[in-house]
Amino acid sequence: MQETITFFSGFGISDFWFLADAALKTLWISVLSISVGTVLGVIFGWMLHEGKWLAALTIGSILDIFRSVPLIIQLVLFYNFAPMIGLNLDPFGSGVVILTIYTAALVSNVARGGIEAVPTPMRKASRTLGMSYWQDLFYIVLPIGGRAVFPAWIGVVLGVMKDSALVSVLGYVELLKASQILITRTQEPFLILALAGAFYFALSYPISRYAAKFEQRWAQ
Amino acid sequence: MIEIRNLHKHFGDLHVLKGIDLEVKKGEVLSVIGSSGSGKSTLLYCINSLEKIQQGTVKIDGIDVHAKSTDVNKLRQKLGMVFQQWNSFPHLTAMENVALAPRIVKGKSKAEALHIAETQLKHVGLGDKLKSYPSALSGGQQQRLAIARALAMEPEYMLFDEATSALDPEKVGEVLDTMRLLAEEGMTMICVTHEMGFARDVSDRVAYFHHGVMEEIGPPEQIFDNPVSAHTQKFLANVR
Repeated sequence: MQETITFFSGFGISDFWFLADAALKTLWISVLSISVGTVLGVIFGWMLHEGKWLAALTIGSILDIFRSVPLIIQLVLFYNFAPMIGLNLDPFGSGVVILTIYTAALVSNVARGGIEAVPTPMRKASRTLGMSYWQDLFYIVLPIGGRAVFPAWIGVVLGVMKDSALVSVLGYVELLKASQILITRTQEPFLILALAGAFYFALSYPISRYAAKFEQRWAQ
Repeated sequence: MIEIRNLHKHFGDLHVLKGIDLEVKKGEVLSVIGSSGSGKSTLLYCINSLEKIQQGTVKIDGIDVHAKSTDVNKLRQKLGMVFQQWNSFPHLTAMENVALAPRIVKGKSKAEALHIAETQLKHVGLGDKLKSYPSALSGGQQQRLAIARALAMEPEYMLFDEATSALDPEKVGEVLDTMRLLAEEGMTMICVTHEMGFARDVSDRVAYFHHGVMEEIGPPEQIFDNPVSAHTQKFLANVR
């Protein structure tokens, strides 16, 4: 009897771990980009607030480009054209760079909104207590403005985490790319996409829950 | 002593203060009255350099407030200020609100700063609200918190910018009582106010401002009973 060659094999437990590992990679690339992007975004937001039209014209315009051009185009362009200026980054590195700038672009507007949410009289009051500009910024503006825009920032975090799936177009094996590989092999798209969705949910849901708890505590 | 000489302040084309000359001695309580837009609040803002001036000088104990070489943050520690809106820091408890500046500006230890905060809050009658957040306090209580916060820096002068104007009528009394207490304790105060009773009872002198000019200054009896300026007479007739 002649043996048949099979190209496809069923979903096994090792595939589950393959997906879990990819979910960790999604988490890692997101945490890295969101952390650095948030710090940069806050600095840019502060510059936009303080620099007025000059900052709006310079950094504002650049950030507008990153906010407006689809992420997938930014990723492909950067990955393929960065080597021309001597930047030879692997898919992970390229993904981190673009996701970080993209996060910074989104956070800059949120941060500027946060700074502007602190009433000018309150800032004057802190200055009359002898606080320097920087003390006012760190002890008054950052905590009060931060709380005001915290829900908007959480929205950015969840958005970027899901958008990190687009780094898969560069070949980085994160959750979505891992799912595509498994679907090709097992031909079980429903099961695998449902699992990938569950992993995304498991990553995002705790963030929303924690965020809601913080907001509740601050509202008291 | 606060010495103001030929002070001019413009907001664009608007000439808000037109050559003010004024001296306030240590221990003195000066009330500044006048209709809205007469430049009373701007005067206070110029005294602690929240607003730049275009001409003249403001000196606090001989230090030129607007000189480039002056450390404004250090100078402001001498000048407590209370605004119309209390501006409590909403993310901090009453104690933390008061303790913040002594800790980060004066470099006091946390325990020391909290001790100062507790003392000052008790001083203004908020001893039972130490752990309360501003959102749980009434307008009058928040204004007293603002006074305690300013006092915690051990200022030598207190500037009050219509401290009771934004309060519900029934809360005005408690804030005025606190201001009275400070006056009795010998604090040097400049109070921009619409409370004529307070100005008459508590002040050593009252100044009347009209369209950026200090029209008249003198003891309360003189200003309220025998005003010289026609503008002062008209103003007082309207507010009585």
